[in-house]
Amino acid sequence: MPEHIISLNRLRFAWHGQPKPLLDIDSFDVMRGERLFVRGASGSGKSTLLGLVAGVLTPLSGTIEVLDQRLNEMTAAERDHFRAHHFGIIFQQFNLIPYLSVIENVTLPCQFSDQRRRKSISRSGNQRDEALRLLEHLDMADSSVIHKPVTELSVGQQQRVAAARALIGSPEILIADEPTSSMDADRRAAFIELLFRECEETGSTLLFVSHDQGLREPFDRAIEFDQLNRAASGSQPIDRSSDRITS
Amino acid sequence: MNIASLAIKSFRNRKLSVGLAIASIALSVALLLGVEILRSEAKSSFASTVSGTDLIVGARGGSVNLLLYSVFRIGNPTNNIDWHSYEDISALPGVKWSIPLSMGDTHAGFRVVGTDDNYFEHYRYARDRHLELQQGAWFGNEDEDEIVLGAEVADSLRYQPGDKIIVAHGAGDESFIKHDDEPFRVVGILAATGTPVDRSLYVSLAGFDHMHEAWQTSEDGHVHDPLAATASAADHTEEEQHAEDEQHDEEYSISVFLLGLESRAAAIGLQRRINQFEHEPLSAILPGVALLELWEIVGLVEHTLRAISIFVVIVGLSSMLIILITSINERRREMAILRALGARPGHVFGLILGEAIAITLSGIGLGILLVCAIFMLGQGWIASRFGLFIELNLLTPNLVYGLLLITLTGCLIGLIPGIRMYRYSLVDGMTIRI
Repeated sequence: MPEHIISLNRLRFAWHGQPKPLLDIDSFDVMRGERLFVRGASGSGKSTLLGLVAGVLTPLSGTIEVLDQRLNEMTAAERDHFRAHHFGIIFQQFNLIPYLSVIENVTLPCQFSDQRRRKSISRSGNQRDEALRLLEHLDMADSSVIHKPVTELSVGQQQRVAAARALIGSPEILIADEPTSSMDADRRAAFIELLFRECEETGSTLLFVSHDQGLREPFDRAIEFDQLNRAASGSQPIDRSSDRITS
Repeated sequence: MNIASLAIKSFRNRKLSVGLAIASIALSVALLLGVEILRSEAKSSFASTVSGTDLIVGARGGSVNLLLYSVFRIGNPTNNIDWHSYEDISALPGVKWSIPLSMGDTHAGFRVVGTDDNYFEHYRYARDRHLELQQGAWFGNEDEDEIVLGAEVADSLRYQPGDKIIVAHGAGDESFIKHDDEPFRVVGILAATGTPVDRSLYVSLAGFDHMHEAWQTSEDGHVHDPLAATASAADHTEEEQHAEDEQHDEEYSISVFLLGLESRAAAIGLQRRINQFEHEPLSAILPGVALLELWEIVGLVEHTLRAISIFVVIVGLSSMLIILITSINERRREMAILRALGARPGHVFGLILGEAIAITLSGIGLGILLVCAIFMLGQGWIASRFGLFIELNLLTPNLVYGLLLITLTGCLIGLIPGIRMYRYSLVDGMTIRI
């Protein structure tokens, strides 16, 4: 029986001061090693869901289990440690730190996680070499590039740096929040292929969120966010098995 | 790369705004330190001007005025003292030495003082230091055409022993009435003392009086200078004129005299006795007590200056607060990214607070350097213009407490944007909702 890596139950969330909940999810599971695609319109609350899963936000009610640990029962500091150790995150705008070089951006997560630092060291000897290894996989290891300020990189190069930053220290869960929204079709496909390859190698689970229906094809499973979120659809929770495209 | 180097790189990324915050604190700290150093140095400079003098005696008047014109050469004597009074008081039991001083004339804006060799022998400054000559000799009591210069007078007017000097009547920088019929010859130059002694010229009482006698009347007894009649009426009272008319050999008209006593404990008793002197109304003051009175008078100015510099520091720290607060919105994305990567709200709070502390400490450091540079470069000018010899001592308790207080205030101010950013980091999640 496949093992759940993320499991949400009877989850409700509302921003402070908002009368109606933004999210009302009866049940949502992600399997270990799965590559899951969640499609939803802009502003529907997909990023908020990712914030909850990563333990940055806390729900009004319900439970969030990740790697068999209940995030609800953790203190804020424990959730922060947990996120630093187990999550790699790629943002819509890549969100690289503009005043850091390529190498510094990539190694930044190791600053907040001993576990990821140790994994990097055990794999490549040190954080820098692990960052270089990942960048090399992404065709970004050129010495003229790695010390450049990230603001001088092309969009394509920035994506790859963002991917390397999320992957360093082999986190168990990779979250991607609309990472391809500013790319053309060729680049989108190449980027998703790259993510799949890296996840395959590290055994990471990929939770990929986008508004673009055209991206769902290569994923193990795809779901419509509005069907998952009762607050948006007003309907009963959907049967998850009906969303599975490939198994 | 650790959190500190992350903070430094973030600093570099915002060079202009951080630089402005540091500059505003540096300027305000420099002002505060400058005022505080000037204040304490002026005080110690005043206090060190006279040492070892137990009583100062002058015509009846205010004690501060007497102190100012006798020691600091500020203002003018209200009246002269009869020579017999001086002799009688100097001969009282318990009086160890006395220094007579005649004032009222100037040379190129510097005061000319008529005195005798007791001045050179007994006058003390800065904790019992003697006067010394750097060149030449002190004049003889009977020499009427010899003059000794204070160090600063000789330095600024470039006089050497042997030079001839014309003295002007009155105490201003410019005078229309000059004793050009009685030039003096420079015979000595005093070593620098850092007190008003340096800014005075010294002649014998005989020379001082001879100059006035020769200038006031010609051989036939008429007024020699037409302006002298007016000046004489303004500067000399009838009593003075009468005293001068009756003056015999070694009877001089003096403005004030300083007394050194055998025992300091006798000062109060002698002061009372002089204040009740029958021959003429006199005032005797204890220099230390008069200095305290002077501080009370200048206290208001002192407090005002201090208050202004404290307000400037508050403005400097406020500008840091404004710069940090306005940068918060720009940095919310940066902090949200760090949060998503595993930074805890404490990291976010620490980064902002650390930034405020670093700005405050850098501002203080730069302010100290600035004030050191200003005083080092301007020391000569301040000494020549105001007679203040600044010793740069930043380790006085007042300054250390002041700087610690500014650091503490800077940290407390840093808490405001720190807490604000901390709250944002809790509610923003991984994406910013503005």
